[in-house]
Amino acid sequence: MNALKAGLVKLQSWEGFLLVVLIFIILMNASLTDNFLSVGNQMNLFMLSIEKIIVALVMTFVIINAEIDLSVGSMMGLSACAFGWMFQQGVDPVLAIGICLLIGLVGGFINGWFVARVGLPSLVVTLATLIGYRGLARVLVEDRGIGDFPQWFNDLGQKGLIGPVPFGLIAFVILFIGLYVVLQRSGFGRKTYVIGTNREVADFAGIDTGRVKIVIFVMSGLVSAFAGLLFAARVGAVRGDVANGFELDIITMVLLGGVSIFGGTGTLVGTLLAILIVLNLRNGMALLNITGHIQTGVVGLLLIASVLVPRIKLPTVKAKEVT
Amino acid sequence: MGWIDRISPQTLRILALLAVLALTVLFFASQIENYFNARLFNRVSSSVAIMALIACAQTLVILTRNIDLSIGSVVGFTAFATGSLVTNNPEINPLLLAAYAMVVGAGFGVVNGLLVAYARVPSIIVTLATMAIFRSLLVEYSDAKSITSDALPKWLVDFPNVPLFTIAGVELRAAFVTSLIIVLAVHIALSRLRPARKLFAVGSNPEAAEMAGINQKAVIFAAFVAAGALAGLGGFMFLARFGNITVVAGLGFELKSVAAAVVGGVAINGGSGSVIGALIGAILVDMIDTSLVRWELVSEFWREAVLGLLILTAVAVDAILMRRLIALRVRREKARKEAAK
Repeated sequence: MNALKAGLVKLQSWEGFLLVVLIFIILMNASLTDNFLSVGNQMNLFMLSIEKIIVALVMTFVIINAEIDLSVGSMMGLSACAFGWMFQQGVDPVLAIGICLLIGLVGGFINGWFVARVGLPSLVVTLATLIGYRGLARVLVEDRGIGDFPQWFNDLGQKGLIGPVPFGLIAFVILFIGLYVVLQRSGFGRKTYVIGTNREVADFAGIDTGRVKIVIFVMSGLVSAFAGLLFAARVGAVRGDVANGFELDIITMVLLGGVSIFGGTGTLVGTLLAILIVLNLRNGMALLNITGHIQTGVVGLLLIASVLVPRIKLPTVKAKEVT
Repeated sequence: MGWIDRISPQTLRILALLAVLALTVLFFASQIENYFNARLFNRVSSSVAIMALIACAQTLVILTRNIDLSIGSVVGFTAFATGSLVTNNPEINPLLLAAYAMVVGAGFGVVNGLLVAYARVPSIIVTLATMAIFRSLLVEYSDAKSITSDALPKWLVDFPNVPLFTIAGVELRAAFVTSLIIVLAVHIALSRLRPARKLFAVGSNPEAAEMAGINQKAVIFAAFVAAGALAGLGGFMFLARFGNITVVAGLGFELKSVAAAVVGGVAINGGSGSVIGALIGAILVDMIDTSLVRWELVSEFWREAVLGLLILTAVAVDAILMRRLIALRVRREKARKEAAK
């Protein structure tokens, strides 16, 4: 009985709640359609949104740090378009990939510098670079579509690298493990939380808060540029509107994962569970022929519910513990 | 006391914005042949008619330290709903139709306001979600149909283009004048009326506002409802201007409205800014947008890149200058006290 009680208390945590929701959705989907649990469908479910979920991991850092990065979708677009443009100009693809990652690094640094050193709100800075980076992407490819990339590049996005597991999924897993260690087990991770909770206190504690913020924005730019390349490889072509509007989906996943928009709380495990929930929910709805806009609406409802539900539940639990 | 101690930061901002606007016009006039003429004004004014209302709506919400990302979806939905009402009842009174758009918009504002003010969910989360939800309501409501301009009554299609009066080719068109009057009315309310001043109080210091007996929740709720109504009217203007409305109407307006407000000197952390600033911000953004298309030296694809740079520069310069100004005033104040001793 006590063990059961302890288990229930653990489920009261946000991650526990998400896990219950996730299991519920998977069971629903599995009972509604036959091939839902097949390896093919599960792999497909990941690969269709692989770029978004990769960026969601690093967005977790940004939001825990009490900032926001609206420019990720545009950075993905810029990186993909820069690759396409360079490829068209005859630049060696490997070199082009390196330059694209460098663009991500610089773009992230610009965001971080304006936020940390000039002291502007990240919402405004990244809104400006959302428009600006997208603009640069359009300057590069104008209204054309660029494709016919080398076979090995397209294969990276489309084919299995180890058995049936494609490169994107492997990258996601490696990135998750790496970022998990950094955020949950390293000093840098602790600093990220402290700054997100109270920047002034962190300043007084001798943390170079500006530097941490810049590093996080650089990470965000770099990972977004990588995700943009992945998009180019998976689709096999780029256009000016690559990854347009992705930022909102990505932020939704992170917030649903229990990361507070005011910073300081949340975990990468929460984000991972939220990613799985959103992917399974969308996949289940797609199998039931529910279209894109409605799917997004349902995810929106879930987002609001995710903030409202714990408010209703938690006080009663605390009252029980006291008595 | 010199002018530097007397002029308010708000006035200074607006003067600076007007200067930037003038410089922009001069710059393009030197670059593009036959640039500075009545047609430029007419062109810019008809697209500003929509954006001014939406930037004004966004400003009301930002003043209270919140943000409304659902504004684009509200514009889209009201444009469609108003369009379908007038298509089915072509004889409807124009004022009634505009009122309908405002009521529908305000209804969405009520949803946002309840969730933000009373359920205390952060506005960025609420409106991120309602942006998607309102859009999916539009998809359901429209049933994969679209509104077409040939089904609309003539007065509505003419509304954005009919000049009320013309001075030397400069047409003051009905829709633009209407928007201008509304923005001015909101400005006067914000600067003169006691209930509207509460928006600033809540935005600049919520705790102090609460202690001063201001009902914070009611103020934030009212800001969202008013923003919804203004966005609804923006939807009405959108319908009149474009005529053909599909489920993607107003997509991206949420970020454009924030951009116009921020360029116009509205502080994203609330408590400071004016709708006049937001109006000038909207004009500046639109002016640059329209002018770059005609500038032969660079391809029109530079539009967005330049716009992003402009926003970043405007905000950075504003922040640095304001800091300098405050520091300068503090120094002068000290110097005066020393002299008095």
